[in-house]
Amino acid sequence: MTLLDVDQLDCRYGLLQAVRGVSFKVDQGETVALIGANGAGKTTLLRSLAGAHRPHGGRVLFDGADVTNKPAHRRVSLGIALVPEGRRLFPSLTVEENLRVAAVAGRRGRWNVQSVMEVFPLLEPRRRFPAATLSGGESQAVAIGRALMSNPRLLLLDEVSLGLAPVVVDAVYRSLANIIKEGTTVLLVEQDLTRALEVAGRVICMLEGRIVLEGTSSSLDREQVIDAYFGLHKSAAAPGAST
Amino acid sequence: MIWANAVVQGIFLGAFYAVLACGLSIMFGVMRIINLAHGDIAVLGAYVTFVIADKTGMSAFYAFALAVPVMLVLGYVLQLAVLERSLKSGILTPLLATFGLSIVIQNLLLLTFSPDVRSLGGGAGAVTTASWHVTGDISVSALGVLVLAVAVLVFGALQVFLSRTRAGWMMRATAEDADAAELVGINSRRVYALATSLAVAIAALGGLFLAIRSVFDPLSGPTQLIFAFEAVVIGGMGSLWGTLLGGLALGVAQTVGAQIHPQFAVMAGHLLFLAVLILRYGTGRLGLRFAR
Repeated sequence: MTLLDVDQLDCRYGLLQAVRGVSFKVDQGETVALIGANGAGKTTLLRSLAGAHRPHGGRVLFDGADVTNKPAHRRVSLGIALVPEGRRLFPSLTVEENLRVAAVAGRRGRWNVQSVMEVFPLLEPRRRFPAATLSGGESQAVAIGRALMSNPRLLLLDEVSLGLAPVVVDAVYRSLANIIKEGTTVLLVEQDLTRALEVAGRVICMLEGRIVLEGTSSSLDREQVIDAYFGLHKSAAAPGAST
Repeated sequence: MIWANAVVQGIFLGAFYAVLACGLSIMFGVMRIINLAHGDIAVLGAYVTFVIADKTGMSAFYAFALAVPVMLVLGYVLQLAVLERSLKSGILTPLLATFGLSIVIQNLLLLTFSPDVRSLGGGAGAVTTASWHVTGDISVSALGVLVLAVAVLVFGALQVFLSRTRAGWMMRATAEDADAAELVGINSRRVYALATSLAVAIAALGGLFLAIRSVFDPLSGPTQLIFAFEAVVIGGMGSLWGTLLGGLALGVAQTVGAQIHPQFAVMAGHLLFLAVLILRYGTGRLGLRFAR
C-alpha cells in the first residue's frame, strides 16, 4: 500500500530551483534512503514533505490525501514527523519537556516519554536537564524521540549522523533499527553510503534536484551508486535526467 | 528616612511600570516584535474600562474584569489581521506596522472621546486614597501595595504558565524556534495569537492602573511606551523576571531622582536606561541580537 506519493515536486528558494520535478512513492512499512551530494536537494525535499517548505509546484499525497498545502503542524497530526537537520531542539526546555511538547498533535500509539526513554536509555539520567546542556548524541536521541512522540506513520530523518562520533552513530542506528522493526515507515537522508545501503530497503539518489538513480539496496552495486552520486555517466545512469 | 521613603515609593511606582512593560516583554520574547503601539493599547484598555464603568456604573475594577475578554479578543484579532502579515516581511515591517497602529489608535480615541483628560480614580473606591503610616517619614498607599501585589501575581502566574503547563512549553518552544515547533505539531500562528492576546490584556491592566493613579487622554500612550520600553531594556530584553526588576529599578531611579530635584525624576530614569544600554549593549551585541 502506498503511504507517500510525491508527484512532480518543484521547490524553489527565490530563483534557485532546489528540487526539480521529483516523483517517487514510498510504501507502508518501507525504509527508503535518500542519498546525494551536498546541494542535491535532499533536505529541501524532506522539508517540503514535512510542510516546512511550501513547494512551488507538484503534489504530495499522504495516505491518498493531498497534503501539499497543509501547514507542518497539520501534517504532524496526520502522521508525518521530521527529525530536522541540526536537531533543532528547544534549548531552554528540559529533555522531558522537549518530548512532551511534541505530543500536542494528540496521536495515540506506542510512543510516549517512557517508551522513548526505553529506546534511548542514555536520556533517562538527563531527563530534567535543559536540552542546551546535552551532548551531540544525546541531542540527536531527543530529536528522534521528539519526532516519535507524535506516533508518526512516516518518519523523515535528515542526516541523523551528522556531527556525531562513529560510536554514537552506531548507537543511534541500533535504536533506529528497533524503530523500523516496529513498522514505522522511514525516509532518511544519509551521507554515509554504506550505512544507507545497510539500513534501507530501497535507495533514491538525487543530483542537482533530480532523481538520477532508484532501486532496491540489493539490486544496486556500490559503483553504480557512486557514479550517480557524483554525476559521473549521468546520461548512462538516468537517460531522462540529463540536461 | 526621606531616601528610604523615596525607594519605597519607587518600588510601588516601578511595579506599575513593570505591569506596563510585561506585555511588551512577552511580544518581544515570543515574536521579536517591538510593539510601538503598546502604550496606546494600554490607554485603549483604560478607555474600554472607562466606557464600561460609565455605562454600567460599576467600580473600575469590575469594569476592568469585563474589559479583559474584550482585550483578549482584540489581541487575537490584531495578531492574525495585522502583525502576522507584517512578520512575514522581515523585522522592520512589524516596527512600522505597530508605529502606524499607534497613530491609528490615538486618532480613533481622539475622534471618539475628544482630547478631554479623564480618570478612573474616582471610580475605584477607597483604594485610591487609603494609606498606612509606617514610620515617621514612610507612608504606604493602598493603591501602591495593590499594584505591587498584582505585578508580582501577574509575573508569577506567567512564570508558572511558562514553566509548568504544556501551553507554556509550546509558547517557549515557538519563541525559541518557530520552524521546529511547527514540525513537532505546534500551531505557531495560534501560539503567536495567544501571546499577543495575553500581552494586550496585560497592557490594559497597565492602562487601568494608569487611569486610577492619575489621568489619561488619547495621547497618553507614547509616554507609557517609553517607560515600558525602558523597563524592558533595563531588565534585559526577552527576560520576564528581568522586566519586573527593570520596572522596579526604573521606578526607584525616578523617585530617588525626584528627591534630588523634582524636575530630575524622569531624567534619572532615562539616565539609568542609558547607563544600562551602554554597559550591556555598548559592545554592539544588540546589533547581533537583532540580526538573528
